[in-house]
Amino acid sequence: MPNRERRLGLLLLGLVLLVVAAALSLSIGSHHVPLGRVWRLLLDPDSSYDATVLREMRLPRTVAGIAVGAALGLAGALMQSLTRNPLADPGILGINAGASLFVVAAVAIVGVSGIWFYLWFAFLGAAVAAVGVYLLAGTSGQTATPARLALAGIAVSAALAAITQTVILADQEAFNEFRFWVAGSLEGRGWPVLEAVAPFLVVGVVVALAVGPALNALSLGDDAGRALGVRLVRTRALAMLAVTLLCGAATAAVGPIGFVGLAVPMLARALVGHDQRWVALMCLVLGPVWVLLADVLARVVVGSQETQVGIVAALLGAPVFIAVVRRRKVPAL
Amino acid sequence: MTTHVLIRVGARSVRFRRRVAWVLLALAAAAVVLAGIGLMLGDYGISPGQVLAALTGGGDDRLAAYFVREVRLPRVVTALVVGAALGVAGSLFQNVTANPLGSPDIIGFTTGAATGALVQIIVLGSDTGSVAIGAVLGGLGTALVVHLLTRPHGLTGQRLVLVGIGVGATLTAVDKLLVVRASLVTAQTAAQWLAGSLNAVLWPRATVALVAVALLIGAAFALARPLQLLTLGDDTARAVGVPAQRVRTLAVLVAVGLVSIATAATGPIAFVALAAPQVSRRLAGTPTSGVAGPALTGAVLVLGSDLLAQRLLAPTELAVGVVTGALGGVYLIGLLALEWRRR
Repeated sequence: MPNRERRLGLLLLGLVLLVVAAALSLSIGSHHVPLGRVWRLLLDPDSSYDATVLREMRLPRTVAGIAVGAALGLAGALMQSLTRNPLADPGILGINAGASLFVVAAVAIVGVSGIWFYLWFAFLGAAVAAVGVYLLAGTSGQTATPARLALAGIAVSAALAAITQTVILADQEAFNEFRFWVAGSLEGRGWPVLEAVAPFLVVGVVVALAVGPALNALSLGDDAGRALGVRLVRTRALAMLAVTLLCGAATAAVGPIGFVGLAVPMLARALVGHDQRWVALMCLVLGPVWVLLADVLARVVVGSQETQVGIVAALLGAPVFIAVVRRRKVPAL
Repeated sequence: MTTHVLIRVGARSVRFRRRVAWVLLALAAAAVVLAGIGLMLGDYGISPGQVLAALTGGGDDRLAAYFVREVRLPRVVTALVVGAALGVAGSLFQNVTANPLGSPDIIGFTTGAATGALVQIIVLGSDTGSVAIGAVLGGLGTALVVHLLTRPHGLTGQRLVLVGIGVGATLTAVDKLLVVRASLVTAQTAAQWLAGSLNAVLWPRATVALVAVALLIGAAFALARPLQLLTLGDDTARAVGVPAQRVRTLAVLVAVGLVSIATAATGPIAFVALAAPQVSRRLAGTPTSGVAGPALTGAVLVLGSDLLAQRLLAPTELAVGVVTGALGGVYLIGLLALEWRRR
């Protein structure tokens, strides 16, 4: 069990990494801005092209990466703890798929409009998928077991993804608008989008941190948790609420990004042990690092043109998933 | 014995349980009826009489004859062939892995075939003929990778399913990367294809698929009995002269071939390989799924889904893979709910 000093040290190291990743994200891209100049322009903006690029594109993009990374990492940590399943991830439990479907459907039915409009549909979709998966897994009246949650999530997200595909294929305009969004992209997410999702992300983070101790108690098993005075239903409901807020807001902002919620908590747990409070803090730092680095890679990996961060995140995260299932004994699916 | 039906051709004979025989007959009848509907329906409606006339070479309506013979027949044939291929492939995989989730669409082989084909379409810019080669190479490559990753434990158990899901997710990212990097027109084509579509399938592609799938399903029939014996355990199988490991390897190769050919013809069609063997097993009331049942079930599923895809939002044609994806997802949800309620 790592002691407190070591954990604090790791957290600080994570913060340093975050600063480095953010600096890279501000500097690297199709228009390269040297690091020294980034620093000077941040302190003292002028009217040069570099300053405009920095202010209008790089800064919102970097902030979006930080917000989304923190949200998805934390959501993954919550879900893995809640389902006691190391494979839980907003992608696997169908929550990103639900948010995507509702956003795409809203755009197809009502037409393209601003973030304030479809943000609500993302929440609705995330909540519907989360509740649906939860209800399906708890069909027989018992509480939902980890294995059932995972299977139910895979089934639900498969169905939802097929329907999203239908809508996109049936509506050319929506397809063009969402070709990049469905792959998960930090590009062109301006300040308005970030302002819209920020309050929900903050509430989600606060709730997530608040249920940490209760989740710690539950990690010993439902009965032990109850004996320690944890109210099962309320804890689960609050954790689900936090997951919905975090995933819904993140998906509305940048589209579905998979495997961040899987890989980051795993990394955090390997570093700081199983205390949910530390894992959550670590995820808040490492999630943004992961997403920012994936985004920087997405900008440079295929020559001059950019790709979507969601694609790179999956390319980075899926091998982690494979490594884990090869090495560890995973609770039966 | 009244519970069995015996069919004898020369020195060879096939024996069915009576219920299995009825189920197979009913499935075949359903396939014929659906095929008839598929030939009649469309933006240009054609009566049953005209369809028959067109098929037998007569009829005075040249347009109807053209539509039936050159447009709708290849589509119907491809649907049947692809469905049968996916059903048999799913059955082989589920037998080898001894796991209902060990089907090629879950463990990433379908995605691998799609990746191979996409590389052909987008990067090499080839026509439909050579897409099949890319798909087969992609499918076999994926099988090899999954095999190497699960090696010490072999192609069985939960580990295979999970490793396969991971490999599939990686390849899905690669697929998306390829689509996003393409120009809008190619991307739309590729996305349409990635959804699994029978739209605009003509004779050249249908013929290639038909011949290849017929050969591979023949091989699957030959493997059916040794595979059946393997369910008794490797030791028993070996004692009666079945080389366990070689039979498994052959079965996987045949199944990968079937999936790849099917994917090359239409793009990945989700969930048929997963659902067809299960549905057929339940219908026939047998413990394992065999070859003929899954083949017919898969054919009926794909053809029926394609009719739905064509007519559901007419005149907009959906991709058949989207319909099977939605149906399959709902089927899986229902299956889970039912099974968990019973316990």
